[in-house]
Amino acid sequence: MMTLKELEKIRQKTLDSVNLRKDRSGTRVVVGMATCGIAAGARPVLTAFLGEIQNRNLKHITVTQTGCIGVCRLEPMVEVYLPGEDKVTYVNMSPEKVKRVVSEHLVNEQVVQEFTIGAVEKID
Amino acid sequence: MQDLSLHILDLIQNSVVAGASLIKLTIYEDENKNRLFIDIEDNGKGMDEEAIKRATDPFYTTRSTRKVGLGLPLFKTMAQRCGGDTVIKSVVGKGTRVLSDFQLGHIDRPPFGKLDDTMVTLILCNPEIDFIYSHRVNNEEFKFDTREVRGTIEEIPIEHPEILKWIQSHIKEGLNEINGGVQ
Repeated sequence: MMTLKELEKIRQKTLDSVNLRKDRSGTRVVVGMATCGIAAGARPVLTAFLGEIQNRNLKHITVTQTGCIGVCRLEPMVEVYLPGEDKVTYVNMSPEKVKRVVSEHLVNEQVVQEFTIGAVEKID
Repeated sequence: MQDLSLHILDLIQNSVVAGASLIKLTIYEDENKNRLFIDIEDNGKGMDEEAIKRATDPFYTTRSTRKVGLGLPLFKTMAQRCGGDTVIKSVVGKGTRVLSDFQLGHIDRPPFGKLDDTMVTLILCNPEIDFIYSHRVNNEEFKFDTREVRGTIEEIPIEHPEILKWIQSHIKEGLNEINGGVQ
């Protein structure tokens, strides 16, 4: 049972890693969570990021939300900010695509070009 | 919206944008009377009479990027379709309350969906806001309060992945115990 006692144990376990988190500016993952994003499936995308971060025990990654990014038909949309790099916008995201973005982009710092807005929205 | 948990996530975004520091979600399944109550209450900046009237108009939004705001209208329409309605009460400077009441067993009533995912998402994205979630099924109640969690974890941020994992399991187990949000 997930009682407060259990939570206290988790607190003890995580104390060390928390100290590490403070002194490094990390990667930011921003998910569009307006009505359009939520209706298109933004929540499972966001929880997939969280799940991958939990499973791989990744540090220095912040997952957060923003409102409508402006291209509702391409939701769910995700913006990834790596320190010192340009922002990358992924469109039509799904929990399956999140796995690739985490392993290729967040871990190995290689942008998954085919999921980016630039690749999907080719101007003829 | 596929389910109620997504509707709720969407409605609470309004409270977030209104600058609330405390948001209460109360769900009450009354099986004897066949009613479902969903009450969202925040201490955000509130709305005046005019804004309340326009809040359920799909062509009204406080945003400047687009001309439509669909969250509340979608929810109100769903409530009306299920033999009920949504009412907004608000006081400028004090906060807003969105009260819905409709038929629990209505054939068009969307399933509850993953209420634990909605809560985890809200906490992860808004770690500075406190949430109180209470879910009642007939006479049994499950209550979750982020202030209680913060009291236990002290200096650990509430959005820490391990803490969120605990919150998710805690809510899941709590709802299971009262048989809440089942379908």
